[in-house]
Amino acid sequence: MELAFGRRDDHDREKRRPWVMDGCFIRVLSYSPMPRHIAFILDGNRQYAKKWNFTDGEIYQRGFCNLMSILRYCCEMGVEFVTVFAFSIDNFKRKPTEVQLVMDLVKEKMDAIIEDMNTVNDLDVRIKFLGRLTLLDESMRKAAEKLMAMTAKNKRLVVFVCLCYTSTDEIMHGVEGLWEEAKNNKGREKIANGLITAGDLEQKMYFANHPAPDILIRTAGETRLSNFLLWQTAFCLLYTPRCLWPELTFWHLVWAVLLYQRKYAYLEKITKRMCGFGVLLCQEHKKQIYSIYKVTLILLLKGGRSMVVESTCGGIEPKKSI
Amino acid sequence: METHLIQMYMRLANEFARTFDSLFHRIQSSMILKFILGLFWHLLHIAVSLVHIWSYVIQQLRCYIISSGLFAKYRNFSLSRLRYLAVIVDSQEAKHTAKIKQLLSWLSAIGVKHVALYDAEGVLKKSIDFGQTRLRDRSAGTCLDGDVNCVTSLCNYEEMSIELLSFTDGKEGIAKAASFLCSDYLKNDSDDCGRTETLFTEANMTKALKAVGYYGPEPDLLLVYGPARCHLGFPPWRLRYTEIMHMGPLKSMKYSAIVKALYDFSKKYQNYGS
Repeated sequence: MELAFGRRDDHDREKRRPWVMDGCFIRVLSYSPMPRHIAFILDGNRQYAKKWNFTDGEIYQRGFCNLMSILRYCCEMGVEFVTVFAFSIDNFKRKPTEVQLVMDLVKEKMDAIIEDMNTVNDLDVRIKFLGRLTLLDESMRKAAEKLMAMTAKNKRLVVFVCLCYTSTDEIMHGVEGLWEEAKNNKGREKIANGLITAGDLEQKMYFANHPAPDILIRTAGETRLSNFLLWQTAFCLLYTPRCLWPELTFWHLVWAVLLYQRKYAYLEKITKRMCGFGVLLCQEHKKQIYSIYKVTLILLLKGGRSMVVESTCGGIEPKKSI
Repeated sequence: METHLIQMYMRLANEFARTFDSLFHRIQSSMILKFILGLFWHLLHIAVSLVHIWSYVIQQLRCYIISSGLFAKYRNFSLSRLRYLAVIVDSQEAKHTAKIKQLLSWLSAIGVKHVALYDAEGVLKKSIDFGQTRLRDRSAGTCLDGDVNCVTSLCNYEEMSIELLSFTDGKEGIAKAASFLCSDYLKNDSDDCGRTETLFTEANMTKALKAVGYYGPEPDLLLVYGPARCHLGFPPWRLRYTEIMHMGPLKSMKYSAIVKALYDFSKKYQNYGS
Protein backbone atom coordinates (compact mmCIF):
# COMPACT_ATOMS: atom_id res chain seq x y z
CA MET A 1 0.00 0.00 0.00
CA GLU A 2 1.51 3.30 -1.06
CA LEU A 3 1.33 5.71 1.83
CA ALA A 4 2.01 9.38 2.17
CA PHE A 5 5.60 10.27 1.24
CA GLY A 6 5.84 7.10 -0.90
CA ARG A 7 6.44 4.70 1.99
CA ARG A 8 5.97 1.04 1.25
CA ASP A 9 6.17 -1.83 3.68
CA ASP A 10 5.66 -5.56 3.91
CA HIS A 11 1.90 -5.42 3.40
CA ASP A 12 2.41 -4.94 -0.31
CA ARG A 13 4.08 -8.33 -0.63
CA GLU A 14 1.20 -9.93 1.25
CA LYS A 15 -1.35 -8.50 -1.14
CA ARG A 16 0.54 -9.73 -4.22
CA ARG A 17 0.53 -13.39 -3.08
CA PRO A 18 -2.21 -15.33 -4.88
CA TRP A 19 -4.93 -16.58 -2.54
CA VAL A 20 -4.73 -20.03 -4.12
CA MET A 21 -1.36 -20.53 -2.47
CA ASP A 22 -2.88 -19.93 0.95
CA GLY A 23 -5.59 -22.49 0.28
CA CYS A 24 -3.08 -25.10 -0.90
CA PHE A 25 -0.85 -24.59 2.11
CA ILE A 26 -3.75 -24.80 4.48
CA ARG A 27 -4.95 -28.05 2.88
CA VAL A 28 -1.49 -29.54 3.34
CA LEU A 29 -1.22 -28.32 6.96
CA SER A 30 -4.66 -29.72 7.77
CA TYR A 31 -3.37 -33.24 7.21
CA SER A 32 -2.29 -33.14 10.87
CA PRO A 33 -4.16 -31.69 13.88
CA MET A 34 -4.58 -27.95 13.60
CA PRO A 35 -4.66 -25.61 16.57
CA ARG A 36 -8.13 -24.82 17.71
CA HIS A 37 -7.34 -21.66 19.64
CA ILE A 38 -4.58 -19.13 18.94
CA ALA A 39 -3.84 -16.14 21.17
CA PHE A 40 -1.94 -13.03 20.08
CA ILE A 41 -0.04 -10.35 21.96
CA LEU A 42 0.18 -7.45 19.54
CA ASP A 43 3.61 -6.13 20.43
CA GLY A 44 5.90 -3.87 18.42
CA ASN A 45 3.50 -1.23 17.10
CA ARG A 46 5.47 1.70 18.46
CA GLN A 47 8.77 0.26 17.22
CA TYR A 48 7.18 -0.14 13.79
CA ALA A 49 6.00 3.49 13.89
CA LYS A 50 9.58 4.62 14.64
CA LYS A 51 10.97 2.38 11.89
CA TRP A 52 8.63 3.66 9.18
CA ASN A 53 7.95 7.16 10.51
CA PHE A 54 4.27 6.63 11.20
CA THR A 55 2.29 8.76 13.59
CA ASP A 56 0.60 7.09 16.56
CA GLY A 57 -2.80 7.22 14.88
CA GLU A 58 -1.52 5.70 11.63
CA ILE A 59 0.30 2.85 13.35
CA TYR A 60 -2.72 1.68 15.30
CA GLN A 61 -4.79 1.75 12.10
CA ARG A 62 -2.08 -0.32 10.41
CA GLY A 63 -2.02 -2.69 13.36
CA PHE A 64 -5.79 -3.08 13.11
CA CYS A 65 -5.58 -3.83 9.36
CA ASN A 66 -3.03 -6.53 10.04
CA LEU A 67 -5.28 -7.95 12.75
CA MET A 68 -8.08 -8.30 10.18
CA SER A 69 -5.72 -10.12 7.81
CA ILE A 70 -4.56 -12.48 10.55
CA LEU A 71 -8.17 -13.21 11.55
CA ARG A 72 -8.97 -14.05 7.95
CA TYR A 73 -6.03 -16.48 7.79
CA CYS A 74 -7.10 -18.06 11.08
CA CYS A 75 -10.62 -18.46 9.73
CA GLU A 76 -9.31 -20.14 6.58
CA MET A 77 -7.16 -22.46 8.67
CA GLY A 78 -10.21 -23.60 10.57
CA VAL A 79 -9.13 -22.04 13.86
CA GLU A 80 -12.23 -21.76 16.05
CA PHE A 81 -11.07 -19.31 18.71
CA VAL A 82 -8.74 -16.34 18.49
CA THR A 83 -7.80 -14.25 21.50
CA VAL A 84 -6.31 -10.82 21.06
CA PHE A 85 -4.64 -8.84 23.83
CA ALA A 86 -5.94 -5.46 22.76
CA PHE A 87 -5.43 -3.39 25.91
CA SER A 88 -3.97 -4.24 29.29
CA ILE A 89 -4.90 -2.60 32.59
CA ASP A 90 -1.18 -1.77 32.79
CA ASN A 91 -1.47 0.20 29.53
CA PHE A 92 -3.41 2.88 31.39
CA LYS A 93 0.03 4.01 32.62
CA ARG A 94 0.82 5.24 29.10
CA LYS A 95 0.43 8.85 28.01
CA PRO A 96 -3.26 9.89 28.21
CA THR A 97 -3.20 10.94 24.55
CA GLU A 98 -2.01 7.50 23.48
CA VAL A 99 -4.59 5.75 25.67
CA GLN A 100 -7.33 7.95 24.21
CA LEU A 101 -6.11 7.19 20.69
CA VAL A 102 -6.40 3.46 21.24
CA MET A 103 -9.82 3.79 22.88
CA ASP A 104 -11.07 6.00 20.04
CA LEU A 105 -9.84 3.47 17.49
CA VAL A 106 -11.55 0.59 19.29
CA LYS A 107 -14.79 2.59 19.54
CA GLU A 108 -14.59 3.58 15.88
CA LYS A 109 -14.14 -0.05 14.80
CA MET A 110 -16.92 -1.24 17.10
CA ASP A 111 -19.31 1.32 15.62
CA ALA A 112 -18.25 0.42 12.08
CA ILE A 113 -18.89 -3.28 12.71
CA ILE A 114 -22.27 -2.56 14.33
CA GLU A 115 -23.28 -0.57 11.25
CA ASP A 116 -22.14 -3.31 8.90
CA MET A 117 -23.41 -6.37 10.76
CA ASN A 118 -24.23 -8.24 7.58
CA THR A 119 -20.56 -8.76 6.77
CA VAL A 120 -19.81 -10.09 10.25
CA ASN A 121 -22.85 -12.34 10.24
CA ASP A 122 -22.03 -13.64 6.76
CA LEU A 123 -18.56 -14.54 8.00
CA ASP A 124 -20.20 -16.12 11.06
CA VAL A 125 -17.82 -14.42 13.47
CA ARG A 126 -18.66 -13.96 17.12
CA ILE A 127 -16.98 -11.19 19.08
CA LYS A 128 -16.61 -11.28 22.84
CA PHE A 129 -14.99 -8.58 24.94
CA LEU A 130 -13.29 -9.91 28.04
CA GLY A 131 -11.78 -7.90 30.84
CA ARG A 132 -12.76 -5.38 33.47
CA LEU A 133 -15.06 -3.47 31.13
CA THR A 134 -16.18 -1.24 33.99
CA LEU A 135 -12.92 0.66 33.43
CA LEU A 136 -14.16 1.75 29.99
CA ASP A 137 -16.35 4.79 29.54
CA GLU A 138 -20.08 4.19 29.24
CA SER A 139 -20.41 4.65 25.49
CA MET A 140 -17.67 2.12 24.82
CA ARG A 141 -19.10 -0.34 27.28
CA LYS A 142 -22.55 -0.08 25.70
CA ALA A 143 -21.10 -0.48 22.21
CA ALA A 144 -19.17 -3.56 23.36
CA GLU A 145 -22.27 -5.09 24.95
CA LYS A 146 -24.31 -4.36 21.82
CA LEU A 147 -21.70 -5.96 19.57
CA MET A 148 -21.49 -9.04 21.77
CA ALA A 149 -25.28 -9.41 21.76
CA MET A 150 -25.54 -8.96 17.99
CA THR A 151 -22.90 -11.57 17.22
CA ALA A 152 -23.90 -14.03 19.95
CA LYS A 153 -25.33 -16.60 17.55
CA ASN A 154 -22.33 -16.78 15.25
CA LYS A 155 -20.18 -19.85 15.58
CA ARG A 156 -17.54 -20.24 12.90
CA LEU A 157 -14.92 -18.10 14.59
CA VAL A 158 -15.04 -16.65 18.10
CA VAL A 159 -12.80 -13.66 18.64
CA PHE A 160 -12.02 -12.82 22.26
CA VAL A 161 -10.89 -9.22 22.50
CA CYS A 162 -9.17 -8.68 25.85
CA LEU A 163 -9.81 -5.08 26.82
CA CYS A 164 -8.72 -3.76 30.23
CA TYR A 165 -7.49 -7.25 30.97
CA THR A 166 -4.75 -8.76 33.04
CA SER A 167 -4.52 -12.36 34.13
CA THR A 168 -4.19 -11.50 37.81
CA ASP A 169 -7.30 -9.33 37.52
CA GLU A 170 -9.08 -12.26 35.87
CA ILE A 171 -8.15 -14.48 38.80
CA MET A 172 -9.51 -11.86 41.22
CA HIS A 173 -12.67 -11.70 39.13
CA GLY A 174 -12.97 -15.45 39.65
CA VAL A 175 -12.53 -15.04 43.40
CA GLU A 176 -15.20 -12.32 43.40
CA GLY A 177 -17.51 -14.71 41.56
CA LEU A 178 -17.01 -17.36 44.26
CA TRP A 179 -17.62 -14.74 46.92
CA GLU A 180 -20.89 -13.63 45.27
CA GLU A 181 -22.05 -17.25 45.22
CA ALA A 182 -21.10 -17.73 48.85
CA LYS A 183 -23.06 -14.60 49.83
CA ASN A 184 -26.10 -16.22 48.23
CA ASN A 185 -25.42 -19.37 50.28
CA LYS A 186 -24.18 -21.36 47.32
CA GLY A 187 -20.93 -23.18 47.99
CA ARG A 188 -20.57 -21.60 51.43
CA GLU A 189 -19.70 -24.93 53.01
CA LYS A 190 -17.10 -25.60 50.38
CA ILE A 191 -15.43 -22.28 51.12
CA ALA A 192 -15.71 -22.68 54.88
CA ASN A 193 -14.06 -26.13 54.67
CA GLY A 194 -11.37 -24.94 52.24
CA LEU A 195 -12.58 -27.27 49.50
CA ILE A 196 -12.47 -24.79 46.63
CA THR A 197 -10.55 -26.27 43.72
CA ALA A 198 -8.83 -24.71 40.73
CA GLY A 199 -11.74 -25.95 38.63
CA ASP A 200 -14.25 -24.04 40.77
CA LEU A 201 -12.21 -20.86 40.42
CA GLU A 202 -11.82 -21.39 36.69
CA GLN A 203 -15.59 -21.56 36.26
CA LYS A 204 -15.86 -17.96 37.47
CA MET A 205 -13.10 -16.54 35.28
CA TYR A 206 -13.54 -14.73 31.97
CA PHE A 207 -12.48 -17.73 29.92
CA ALA A 208 -14.73 -20.21 31.71
CA ASN A 209 -15.97 -23.06 29.49
CA HIS A 210 -13.74 -22.06 26.61
CA PRO A 211 -10.78 -24.12 25.46
CA ALA A 212 -7.34 -22.95 26.45
CA PRO A 213 -5.06 -21.61 23.72
CA ASP A 214 -2.96 -24.07 21.75
CA ILE A 215 -0.49 -21.44 20.57
CA LEU A 216 0.35 -18.03 22.00
CA ILE A 217 2.11 -15.72 19.57
CA ARG A 218 3.88 -12.63 20.85
CA THR A 219 5.55 -10.48 18.23
CA ALA A 220 8.64 -8.26 18.49
CA GLY A 221 10.73 -11.13 19.86
CA GLU A 222 9.63 -10.51 23.46
CA THR A 223 9.63 -13.61 25.58
CA ARG A 224 7.35 -12.68 28.47
CA LEU A 225 3.59 -13.07 28.90
CA SER A 226 3.03 -9.60 30.43
CA ASN A 227 0.19 -10.80 32.64
CA PHE A 228 -1.77 -12.34 29.76
CA LEU A 229 -3.49 -15.74 30.00
CA LEU A 230 -1.10 -16.93 32.73
CA TRP A 231 -3.74 -19.39 33.97
CA GLN A 232 -4.75 -20.77 30.56
CA THR A 233 -1.34 -21.18 28.91
CA ALA A 234 0.02 -23.98 31.11
CA PHE A 235 0.39 -26.37 28.17
CA CYS A 236 0.30 -23.86 25.36
CA LEU A 237 3.11 -23.51 22.85
CA LEU A 238 4.74 -20.08 23.10
CA TYR A 239 5.98 -18.67 19.83
CA THR A 240 7.85 -15.37 19.72
CA PRO A 241 8.76 -14.28 16.20
CA ARG A 242 11.10 -11.32 15.90
CA CYS A 243 8.83 -9.44 13.49
CA LEU A 244 6.78 -6.54 14.79
CA TRP A 245 3.00 -6.87 14.95
CA PRO A 246 2.22 -5.07 11.64
CA GLU A 247 4.84 -7.33 10.00
CA LEU A 248 3.20 -10.58 11.09
CA THR A 249 2.24 -12.49 7.97
CA PHE A 250 0.56 -15.68 6.83
CA TRP A 251 3.96 -17.41 6.77
CA HIS A 252 4.55 -16.70 10.46
CA LEU A 253 1.20 -18.33 11.17
CA VAL A 254 2.12 -21.31 9.01
CA TRP A 255 5.43 -21.64 10.88
CA ALA A 256 3.63 -21.44 14.23
CA VAL A 257 1.25 -24.21 13.14
CA LEU A 258 4.15 -26.35 11.92
CA LEU A 259 5.91 -25.95 15.29
CA TYR A 260 2.66 -26.83 17.06
CA GLN A 261 2.23 -29.96 14.95
CA ARG A 262 5.78 -31.05 15.76
CA LYS A 263 5.06 -30.74 19.49
CA TYR A 264 1.44 -31.87 19.36
CA ALA A 265 2.09 -35.39 20.64
CA TYR A 266 4.13 -34.09 23.59
CA LEU A 267 1.61 -31.39 24.49
CA GLU A 268 -1.28 -33.88 24.27
CA LYS A 269 0.55 -36.36 26.46
CA ILE A 270 1.44 -33.86 29.13
CA THR A 271 -2.02 -32.31 29.13
CA LYS A 272 -3.61 -35.74 29.65
CA ARG A 273 -1.11 -36.61 32.36
CA MET A 274 -1.67 -33.41 34.30
CA CYS A 275 -5.37 -32.99 33.74
CA GLY A 276 -6.42 -36.67 33.90
CA PHE A 277 -7.00 -39.03 31.01
CA GLY A 278 -10.44 -38.46 29.55
CA VAL A 279 -11.05 -35.48 31.81
CA LEU A 280 -9.48 -32.41 30.26
CA LEU A 281 -9.94 -29.62 32.71
CA CYS A 282 -7.71 -27.31 30.77
CA GLN A 283 -8.02 -28.01 27.08
CA GLU A 284 -10.06 -29.60 24.34
CA HIS A 285 -8.28 -30.88 21.29
CA LYS A 286 -9.65 -31.93 18.04
CA LYS A 287 -8.44 -35.41 17.20
CA GLN A 288 -8.75 -36.84 13.77
CA ILE A 289 -9.76 -40.44 13.71
CA TYR A 290 -10.21 -42.45 10.65
CA SER A 291 -12.60 -45.27 10.72
CA ILE A 292 -12.39 -47.96 8.12
CA TYR A 293 -15.30 -50.17 7.54
CA LYS A 294 -16.24 -52.70 4.99
CA VAL A 295 -19.48 -52.74 3.27
CA THR A 296 -20.18 -56.10 1.79
CA LEU A 297 -23.03 -56.31 -0.50
CA ILE A 298 -23.85 -59.54 -2.10
CA LEU A 299 -26.63 -59.74 -4.46
CA LEU A 300 -27.54 -63.12 -5.49
CA LEU A 301 -29.69 -63.08 -8.42
CA LYS A 302 -30.94 -65.64 -10.60
CA GLY A 303 -28.19 -66.05 -13.18
CA GLY A 304 -25.37 -65.71 -10.56
CA ARG A 305 -24.56 -61.95 -10.35
CA SER A 306 -22.83 -60.93 -7.17
CA MET A 307 -20.93 -57.93 -6.07
CA VAL A 308 -18.68 -57.24 -3.16
CA VAL A 309 -17.83 -53.65 -2.41
CA GLU A 310 -15.29 -52.39 0.01
CA SER A 311 -15.37 -48.86 0.97
CA THR A 312 -13.24 -46.80 3.23
CA CYS A 313 -14.39 -43.58 4.73
CA GLY A 314 -12.75 -40.91 6.86
CA GLY A 315 -14.40 -39.00 9.62
CA ILE A 316 -13.40 -36.38 12.11
CA GLU A 317 -14.60 -36.56 15.68
CA PRO A 318 -13.72 -33.98 18.28
CA LYS A 319 -12.33 -35.21 21.57
CA LYS A 320 -14.78 -33.97 24.16
CA SER A 321 -13.86 -32.49 27.48
CA ILE A 322 -15.78 -33.37 30.61
CA MET B 1 -44.26 -62.89 -13.06
CA GLU B 2 -40.80 -64.45 -12.70
CA THR B 3 -39.46 -62.47 -15.61
CA HIS B 4 -40.85 -59.30 -14.09
CA LEU B 5 -39.09 -60.01 -10.78
CA ILE B 6 -35.83 -60.81 -12.53
CA GLN B 7 -36.04 -57.56 -14.48
CA MET B 8 -36.65 -55.65 -11.25
CA TYR B 9 -33.66 -57.26 -9.59
CA MET B 10 -31.46 -56.51 -12.60
CA ARG B 11 -32.54 -52.85 -12.53
CA LEU B 12 -31.81 -52.62 -8.80
CA ALA B 13 -28.44 -54.29 -9.26
CA ASN B 14 -27.54 -51.86 -12.03
CA GLU B 15 -28.56 -48.92 -9.84
CA PHE B 16 -26.44 -50.16 -6.93
CA ALA B 17 -23.52 -50.86 -9.24
CA ARG B 18 -23.71 -47.32 -10.67
CA THR B 19 -23.96 -45.75 -7.20
CA PHE B 20 -21.13 -47.74 -5.72
CA ASP B 21 -19.00 -47.28 -8.78
CA SER B 22 -19.15 -43.49 -8.53
CA LEU B 23 -18.71 -43.73 -4.74
CA PHE B 24 -15.74 -46.03 -5.25
CA HIS B 25 -14.20 -43.61 -7.72
CA ARG B 26 -14.78 -40.71 -5.37
CA ILE B 27 -13.22 -42.65 -2.51
CA GLN B 28 -10.29 -43.64 -4.71
CA SER B 29 -9.66 -40.01 -5.70
CA SER B 30 -10.09 -38.98 -2.03
CA MET B 31 -7.47 -41.60 -1.06
CA ILE B 32 -5.15 -40.33 -3.75
CA LEU B 33 -5.72 -36.78 -2.54
CA LYS B 34 -4.98 -37.80 1.05
CA PHE B 35 -1.82 -39.52 -0.09
CA ILE B 36 -0.66 -36.43 -1.95
CA LEU B 37 -1.51 -34.18 1.02
CA GLY B 38 0.32 -36.54 3.35
CA LEU B 39 3.34 -36.54 1.08
CA PHE B 40 3.48 -32.75 0.93
CA TRP B 41 2.91 -32.53 4.68
CA HIS B 42 5.84 -34.81 5.37
CA LEU B 43 8.00 -32.87 2.91
CA LEU B 44 7.07 -29.65 4.70
CA HIS B 45 8.04 -31.13 8.04
CA ILE B 46 11.31 -32.44 6.62
CA ALA B 47 12.04 -28.84 5.56
CA VAL B 48 11.21 -27.67 9.10
CA SER B 49 13.53 -30.35 10.53
CA LEU B 50 16.32 -29.17 8.23
CA VAL B 51 15.84 -25.61 9.47
CA HIS B 52 15.98 -26.88 13.06
CA ILE B 53 19.15 -28.85 12.35
CA TRP B 54 20.71 -25.73 10.86
CA SER B 55 19.67 -23.66 13.92
CA TYR B 56 21.13 -26.36 16.17
CA VAL B 57 24.44 -26.24 14.32
CA ILE B 58 24.55 -22.44 14.62
CA GLN B 59 23.70 -22.71 18.31
CA GLN B 60 26.47 -25.28 18.92
CA LEU B 61 28.94 -23.04 17.12
CA ARG B 62 27.85 -20.09 19.23
CA CYS B 63 28.22 -22.14 22.43
CA TYR B 64 31.70 -23.20 21.36
CA ILE B 65 32.71 -19.59 20.69
CA ILE B 66 31.29 -18.45 24.04
CA SER B 67 33.04 -21.24 25.94
CA SER B 68 36.35 -20.40 24.23
CA GLY B 69 36.13 -16.96 25.85
CA LEU B 70 36.66 -15.06 22.60
CA PHE B 71 34.02 -12.46 23.42
CA ALA B 72 34.65 -10.45 26.55
CA LYS B 73 30.99 -9.43 26.77
CA TYR B 74 30.01 -12.99 27.77
CA ARG B 75 32.61 -13.02 30.54
CA ASN B 76 31.76 -9.65 32.07
CA PHE B 77 28.10 -8.86 32.29
CA SER B 78 26.03 -7.72 35.20
CA LEU B 79 23.61 -10.02 36.99
CA SER B 80 22.24 -7.21 39.16
CA ARG B 81 18.81 -7.40 37.48
CA LEU B 82 18.55 -11.12 38.12
CA ARG B 83 17.33 -11.42 41.68
CA TYR B 84 15.45 -14.67 41.24
CA LEU B 85 15.84 -17.36 38.59
CA ALA B 86 13.38 -20.14 37.87
CA VAL B 87 14.15 -23.34 36.00
CA ILE B 88 11.44 -25.57 34.56
CA VAL B 89 12.38 -29.14 33.82
CA ASP B 90 10.26 -31.69 32.03
CA SER B 91 9.20 -34.33 34.56
CA GLN B 92 10.70 -37.18 32.56
CA GLU B 93 14.05 -35.45 32.52
CA ALA B 94 13.76 -34.36 36.16
CA LYS B 95 14.55 -37.95 37.17
CA HIS B 96 18.17 -37.35 36.15
CA THR B 97 19.19 -35.78 39.45
CA ALA B 98 22.86 -35.75 38.50
CA LYS B 99 22.06 -33.45 35.59
CA ILE B 100 19.96 -31.21 37.84
CA LYS B 101 22.79 -30.91 40.35
CA GLN B 102 25.24 -30.13 37.58
CA LEU B 103 22.91 -27.40 36.32
CA LEU B 104 22.68 -25.94 39.82
CA SER B 105 26.48 -26.01 40.15
CA TRP B 106 26.81 -24.06 36.93
CA LEU B 107 24.24 -21.52 38.08
CA SER B 108 26.08 -21.15 41.36
CA ALA B 109 29.39 -20.68 39.51
CA ILE B 110 27.85 -17.91 37.42
CA GLY B 111 26.68 -16.13 40.57
CA VAL B 112 22.97 -16.88 40.80
CA LYS B 113 21.78 -16.76 44.42
CA HIS B 114 18.13 -17.81 44.36
CA VAL B 115 16.64 -20.50 42.17
CA ALA B 116 13.16 -22.02 41.90
CA LEU B 117 13.15 -25.51 40.39
CA TYR B 118 9.86 -26.59 38.91
CA ASP B 119 8.61 -29.77 37.35
CA ALA B 120 4.92 -30.41 36.76
CA GLU B 121 4.64 -33.82 38.43
CA GLY B 122 6.70 -33.04 41.53
CA VAL B 123 9.46 -35.53 40.67
CA LEU B 124 12.11 -33.14 41.96
CA LYS B 125 10.38 -32.82 45.33
CA LYS B 126 10.34 -36.60 45.73
CA SER B 127 13.69 -37.56 44.31
CA ILE B 128 16.22 -34.81 44.74
CA ASP B 129 18.38 -34.89 47.81
CA PHE B 130 20.71 -32.07 48.56
CA GLY B 131 22.77 -34.07 51.03
CA GLN B 132 23.43 -32.15 54.24
CA THR B 133 20.90 -29.44 53.59
CA ARG B 134 17.45 -29.75 55.07
CA LEU B 135 14.10 -29.20 53.47
CA ARG B 136 12.09 -26.68 55.36
CA ASP B 137 8.36 -27.28 55.47
CA ARG B 138 5.49 -25.03 54.62
CA SER B 139 4.95 -23.64 58.09
CA ALA B 140 8.42 -22.30 58.72
CA GLY B 141 11.26 -20.74 56.88
CA THR B 142 12.10 -17.37 55.49
CA CYS B 143 11.28 -15.81 52.22
CA LEU B 144 13.59 -13.53 50.37
CA ASP B 145 11.72 -10.52 51.74
CA GLY B 146 11.86 -11.78 55.28
CA ASP B 147 8.26 -12.88 55.71
CA VAL B 148 7.54 -16.16 57.44
CA ASN B 149 4.98 -18.80 56.39
CA CYS B 150 5.72 -18.28 52.78
CA VAL B 151 7.71 -21.08 51.20
CA THR B 152 6.82 -24.53 50.06
CA SER B 153 10.07 -26.47 49.91
CA LEU B 154 13.25 -24.53 50.45
CA CYS B 155 16.78 -25.72 50.81
CA ASN B 156 20.31 -24.55 50.39
CA TYR B 157 22.74 -25.93 47.88
CA GLU B 158 26.15 -24.58 46.95
CA GLU B 159 25.43 -21.16 48.48
CA MET B 160 22.15 -20.83 46.64
CA SER B 161 18.66 -21.04 48.05
CA ILE B 162 16.61 -23.56 46.07
CA GLU B 163 12.84 -23.64 46.03
CA LEU B 164 11.16 -26.79 44.73
CA LEU B 165 7.80 -26.34 43.06
CA SER B 166 5.28 -28.47 41.22
CA PHE B 167 1.90 -28.16 39.50
CA THR B 168 0.00 -28.22 42.80
CA ASP B 169 1.82 -25.06 43.93
CA GLY B 170 0.29 -23.16 41.04
CA LYS B 171 -3.44 -23.22 40.39
CA GLU B 172 -4.35 -25.26 43.47
CA GLY B 173 -2.32 -22.87 45.62
CA ILE B 174 -4.28 -19.94 44.22
CA ALA B 175 -7.54 -21.82 44.81
CA LYS B 176 -6.56 -22.37 48.46
CA ALA B 177 -5.71 -18.68 48.81
CA ALA B 178 -9.07 -17.79 47.24
CA SER B 179 -10.81 -20.09 49.68
CA PHE B 180 -8.88 -18.50 52.55
CA LEU B 181 -9.84 -14.97 51.40
CA CYS B 182 -13.51 -15.79 50.98
CA SER B 183 -13.82 -17.72 54.24
CA ASP B 184 -12.06 -14.89 56.07
CA TYR B 185 -14.56 -12.35 54.76
CA LEU B 186 -17.49 -14.68 55.42
CA LYS B 187 -16.44 -14.94 59.07
CA ASN B 188 -16.23 -11.17 59.41
CA ASP B 189 -18.91 -9.04 57.84
CA SER B 190 -20.45 -10.02 54.55
CA ASP B 191 -23.22 -7.46 54.49
CA ASP B 192 -21.26 -4.48 53.23
CA CYS B 193 -21.80 -4.81 49.45
CA GLY B 194 -19.76 -1.75 48.55
CA ARG B 195 -16.58 -3.31 49.93
CA THR B 196 -16.15 -5.95 47.22
CA GLU B 197 -13.73 -3.86 45.18
CA THR B 198 -11.56 -3.08 48.18
CA LEU B 199 -11.71 -6.65 49.49
CA PHE B 200 -10.61 -8.51 46.38
CA THR B 201 -7.44 -6.79 45.41
CA GLU B 202 -4.24 -8.34 44.15
CA ALA B 203 -2.46 -7.18 47.30
CA ASN B 204 -4.95 -9.13 49.44
CA MET B 205 -4.48 -12.18 47.26
CA THR B 206 -0.73 -11.94 47.77
CA LYS B 207 -1.28 -11.82 51.54
CA ALA B 208 -3.62 -14.82 51.30
CA LEU B 209 -0.99 -16.75 49.33
CA LYS B 210 1.52 -15.99 52.06
CA ALA B 211 -0.94 -17.11 54.73
CA VAL B 212 -1.59 -20.48 53.06
CA GLY B 213 2.09 -20.99 52.29
CA TYR B 214 2.02 -20.69 48.51
CA TYR B 215 3.74 -17.36 48.16
CA GLY B 216 7.09 -16.88 46.52
CA PRO B 217 8.90 -14.10 44.70
CA GLU B 218 8.33 -13.57 41.01
CA PRO B 219 11.27 -14.86 38.97
CA ASP B 220 12.95 -12.40 36.65
CA LEU B 221 13.97 -15.14 34.24
CA LEU B 222 12.58 -18.60 33.55
CA LEU B 223 14.69 -21.20 31.78
CA VAL B 224 12.66 -24.03 30.25
CA TYR B 225 14.40 -27.38 29.79
CA GLY B 226 12.11 -29.62 27.81
CA PRO B 227 10.89 -30.52 24.35
CA ALA B 228 8.59 -27.52 23.94
CA ARG B 229 8.53 -23.87 24.90
CA CYS B 230 5.73 -23.79 27.45
CA HIS B 231 5.65 -23.07 31.15
CA LEU B 232 3.94 -26.36 32.12
CA GLY B 233 1.75 -24.80 34.80
CA PHE B 234 4.35 -22.74 36.69
CA PRO B 235 2.46 -20.79 39.41
CA PRO B 236 0.53 -18.18 37.43
CA TRP B 237 0.67 -15.54 40.16
CA ARG B 238 4.46 -15.52 39.84
CA LEU B 239 4.79 -15.35 36.09
CA ARG B 240 3.50 -11.89 35.17
CA TYR B 241 6.59 -10.23 33.76
CA THR B 242 9.01 -13.14 33.76
CA GLU B 243 11.18 -13.57 30.68
CA ILE B 244 10.79 -17.13 29.40
CA MET B 245 13.66 -18.72 27.49
CA HIS B 246 13.58 -22.17 26.01
CA MET B 247 16.87 -24.04 26.48
CA GLY B 248 16.07 -27.35 24.80
CA PRO B 249 16.25 -30.80 26.41
CA LEU B 250 18.08 -31.14 29.74
CA LYS B 251 20.28 -33.94 28.43
CA SER B 252 21.96 -31.55 25.96
CA MET B 253 22.31 -28.59 28.35
CA LYS B 254 25.44 -26.52 28.01
CA TYR B 255 27.12 -24.04 30.33
CA SER B 256 27.67 -21.56 27.51
CA ALA B 257 23.97 -21.69 26.59
CA ILE B 258 23.13 -20.61 30.15
CA VAL B 259 25.70 -17.82 29.92
CA LYS B 260 24.12 -16.64 26.67
CA ALA B 261 20.62 -16.75 28.16
CA LEU B 262 21.71 -14.70 31.16
CA TYR B 263 23.58 -12.26 28.92
CA ASP B 264 20.50 -11.82 26.68
CA PHE B 265 18.40 -11.28 29.79
CA SER B 266 20.77 -8.58 31.05
CA LYS B 267 20.18 -6.67 27.79
CA LYS B 268 16.36 -6.88 27.95
CA TYR B 269 14.29 -3.80 28.55
CA GLN B 270 10.80 -3.95 30.03
CA ASN B 271 8.35 -1.08 30.16
CA TYR B 272 5.69 -3.02 32.17
CA GLY B 273 2.88 -1.89 29.93
CA SER B 274 3.62 1.82 29.96
